[in-house]
Amino acid sequence: MTTATKKKAEADEAADEHYIPAADALQAVLAKGQRPSRPSALSASITFGWRAMLKIKHVPEQLFDVTIFPIMMTLMFTYLFGGALAGSTGEYLQYLLPGIMVMSVVMTTMYTGVAVNNDITKGVFDRFRTLPVWRPAAMVGYLLGDAFRYTTASVVILVVGLIMGYRPDGGVVGVVGAIALLVVFSFAFSWIWTMFGLLLRSEKSVMGTSMMVLFPLTFLSNILVEPATMPGWLEAFVDVNPVTHLVAAARGMMDGSTDVGEIGWVLVASAVLVAVFGTLTMRLYNRK
Amino acid sequence: MSARSGEPAIETVGLVKTFGEKRAVDGVDLTVPAGTVYGVLGPNGAGKTTTVKMLATLLRPDGGQARVFGLDVVRQADAVRGRVSLTGQYASVDEDLTGTENLVLLARLLGHRKAAAGERAARLLDAFGLTEAAGRQVKTYSGGMRRRLDIAASILNTPDLLFLDEPTTGLDPRSRNQVWEIVRAVVAQGTTVLLTTQYLEEADQLAGRIAVIDNGRVIAEGTPGELKSSVGSGAVHVRLRDGRQRPEAQRLLAGALRTSVRIEADPVALTARLLPQDSTAGPAELASRALAELAAAGITVDDFSLGQPSLDEVFLTLTEKKTGKKQEAVA
Repeated sequence: MTTATKKKAEADEAADEHYIPAADALQAVLAKGQRPSRPSALSASITFGWRAMLKIKHVPEQLFDVTIFPIMMTLMFTYLFGGALAGSTGEYLQYLLPGIMVMSVVMTTMYTGVAVNNDITKGVFDRFRTLPVWRPAAMVGYLLGDAFRYTTASVVILVVGLIMGYRPDGGVVGVVGAIALLVVFSFAFSWIWTMFGLLLRSEKSVMGTSMMVLFPLTFLSNILVEPATMPGWLEAFVDVNPVTHLVAAARGMMDGSTDVGEIGWVLVASAVLVAVFGTLTMRLYNRK
Repeated sequence: MSARSGEPAIETVGLVKTFGEKRAVDGVDLTVPAGTVYGVLGPNGAGKTTTVKMLATLLRPDGGQARVFGLDVVRQADAVRGRVSLTGQYASVDEDLTGTENLVLLARLLGHRKAAAGERAARLLDAFGLTEAAGRQVKTYSGGMRRRLDIAASILNTPDLLFLDEPTTGLDPRSRNQVWEIVRAVVAQGTTVLLTTQYLEEADQLAGRIAVIDNGRVIAEGTPGELKSSVGSGAVHVRLRDGRQRPEAQRLLAGALRTSVRIEADPVALTARLLPQDSTAGPAELASRALAELAAAGITVDDFSLGQPSLDEVFLTLTEKKTGKKQEAVA
């Protein structure tokens, strides 16, 4: 709190002391008006999404993990591995950038679970769950806010990459397509975290579990190196890892060699993720 | 009221909720008449919040039945949600958002259009004395302000049934009185209120009927008056000038009041709980006789009071009884 807001708070505190509930004023606001009809599923979801945006507005620090963190990742991996893996950092960046974009964004998806878990412990969740609205709206709202964060992270990495010398052969269309696909996949993937957010007891356990899933999923992929050099069993895992397919698809689009098969693979995987973890999330949400 | 006349706002039969081994709610039967304040009284962990959560469709009962305005809380949960509001034990507002944003958010979720939501939020903030603080994040609010915002959020669409789960826990006396005034206004307008509390005074002040819950069961039910008269007609508190005279005073009081006299932790204090109304003499007459006997024996009394039985005493008596006898139904 700044000194100004603190003073303001103290002034309000004083005003608070003088608050005397006025029966007629209360009666007036309590008088039953015509109740509006329920909002549509879309409208309710967008309203919850608006809440997520308001939270970003009030707590902008939470954007660190979609700005500073991706910049760090890009710089670190490019200069750490570039010379060794591709002969030069410039060449490696050309290979790495789409992958590092996927890695950063997929890693930030775990904050969805943390946000859900936080709301549960704070009690605001109970109110949402007693509202007569489309049940998944609250969850979709988190994810809409997160989609904004994912887009921010992607753009930050792209800009850093461009400054460092990355040149996408796929042009604007390829880049926009890759980011769109990444956001779609992350939206679907986040349902895993909404599930854990509801399932696990504390923010810490949500973080811990997320890390255990995210580290193998992002590192054991084609993000940093070509899988061809890996032992057979590892390559087999990398091949079925959805992150590998997402990176292949994004890389293809950004390099100007769009691979429709990979894009299809990612979209199907996204649909499956929503179907499975969306269902589990809603089951937990209703039964909690 | 849209409720059919005579239909209870809440009706539960044998409601059960278990968490692992523990039966948090163990066969609760409640009937809450529409248009009244109903108090659910009990210590921490008695099962109050769990009961409210089941009624508000937040928890699924493991056994028994619960109906709200005739609607089953499990099978017709969505319809129930359209009629009720909940102000939870922990402020159910978003601390990161401002007061206005919280109310507008909920108004929008209840289906108000943008302009109407803003207008409704402004009117509620005004009626709840929060206009000054409307633009500040809720985390900067005092406990009382936060609680008022929370209740304002619950009546955005005036509900038919409002659950208030320990609405004044942790509030200072001034804020507590403000909340009580608000509850009275809400009921006067026709909303049924189910209030849980661990403060007996609060139930006494607000509730028309009270259910006392302990260990997940209803151990007594009735009007505050019925509950009080079920345990006796009051208590006599005496403070002596000289603690050394206490054993004698205890003996004299026990004889005069025809009841057992308890020795307090305070070395000069004694308390006698009067038994249910004596036909020969009222509590005041008994007490004055007792005082006269103390004076005659040369025991100086510094302080004396004759109290109506408080609900605290009711509660303690009931929970004591329960260990001996099974269930004590009143009324």
